[in-house]
Amino acid sequence: MMSKLKFGFYWAASCGGCEIAVLDMDEDLLEVLDVADVVFWPVAMDIKYKDVEAMEDGYMDVVFFNGAVRNSEQEHLAKLLRKKAKYMVAFGSCAYTGGIPGLANVSNREEIFDVVYLKSPSTVNPKKIVPRTEVEVPEGELTLPVFYDVVKPLDRVVDVDYYLPGCPPPSSLVLDAVRVIASGQLPAKGSVLAPELSVCDECPRKKENKQITEIKRIVDHTPDPDKCLLEQGFICMGPATRGGCGARCINANMPCTGCGGPCPGAIEQGSAMISALSTILGLAAEKEEGFDFEELLTQLKDPVGTFYKYSLAGSIINRKVKR
Amino acid sequence: MSYEPKIVGFLCNWCSYAGADLAGVSRFQYPPNLRVIRVMCSGRVHPAHILEAFRNGADGVLVAGCHPPNDCHYISGNLKAKRRVAMLKKLMIQMGMDERRLRLEWVSAAEGEKFARVVTEFTNQLKEMGPASMKAMAVAEDD
Repeated sequence: MMSKLKFGFYWAASCGGCEIAVLDMDEDLLEVLDVADVVFWPVAMDIKYKDVEAMEDGYMDVVFFNGAVRNSEQEHLAKLLRKKAKYMVAFGSCAYTGGIPGLANVSNREEIFDVVYLKSPSTVNPKKIVPRTEVEVPEGELTLPVFYDVVKPLDRVVDVDYYLPGCPPPSSLVLDAVRVIASGQLPAKGSVLAPELSVCDECPRKKENKQITEIKRIVDHTPDPDKCLLEQGFICMGPATRGGCGARCINANMPCTGCGGPCPGAIEQGSAMISALSTILGLAAEKEEGFDFEELLTQLKDPVGTFYKYSLAGSIINRKVKR
Repeated sequence: MSYEPKIVGFLCNWCSYAGADLAGVSRFQYPPNLRVIRVMCSGRVHPAHILEAFRNGADGVLVAGCHPPNDCHYISGNLKAKRRVAMLKKLMIQMGMDERRLRLEWVSAAEGEKFARVVTEFTNQLKEMGPASMKAMAVAEDD
């Protein structure tokens, strides 16, 4: 019998949902445990960083790394785990393209500290104490990781072999990934372990003529459950987002927000959606006298948060420009 | 040395590139700051092309196509470009970029003079604004 594989899981700048996605496999988790031993998983087992340091290089077969890199501890662990793993998998949107934490790149460390530690209404901090990376106390020196100015996807810090998209990755994709790894038939380095299709390909809704005259928001309107959401005027990221999720949100009558990352072959996600949406918005009226596209655009409230919800930190313009 | 802005220009094959050609053969003078990329249609210019140009150090991007509503060789590519640029400018503002660095112009094959004027105006405007320093930002972001 072939010896079992060794897996590691790590949780960096993310919400923890990716860890739940692993448990979400339910009884299929037993299949995973048939082929692999989990040797590092801080959320579920008692293990210290020094135990990882003591491992030989390449000791673990695969490390599933969820979360973006926001501080020096995460960067240190990413580099350490990269050394100890044969294959590094960026697990979930945050590790893949920065995810929701990556939206913090419209701000910076100074502004974030200012709000969180000094200005937010629920903050009581009369001494105006802001975390420092080191402080002297009678017992000695205490240290904290350095909080970076920007959030980075995993592949900006270490070499990444595979990507598992999704927020969190659907358990079916996780299981498929484990099966592929166990089979030894590994795809080309840099592959995204998800189907080569867009969310629209998986969407069961009726699609007719894509022309919209206004942008609607889900807080103001209830969509027709059978008709394409884009055609109804809701911004659905489906055309610019990789499938593999089975169009779960759309089936719950919510527009796709784009957690699957860019479509196969696309340079990036947000500008692809800008391209797609501006192609259909105001199309019917474009040649009419007095047609004002700018006016129509005032209905678009938050371009970055809409088009780059999960991919800002991994995009071409990946942070707000300092003037 | 005085600051010379770098401008990337996406010119459509049928009108604006021919307009630039006419400016050349007519010997109209305009600053050498524009780097021209000929595309088949202004509607072919993807927002990612524009963002990539900025990311790689362009101080300005010019998109030029046929006059609306009816000059476009592909019927409505210029109108598509117009909507894309408008939406992209909204994104640029939110990302802290100066949206004046992206300029959309209609230049027909007969408007060599207009082409020279547009490039001159844009170059002067960018000189006044100073460097975009997006490339410097990309390098410095790893702190």
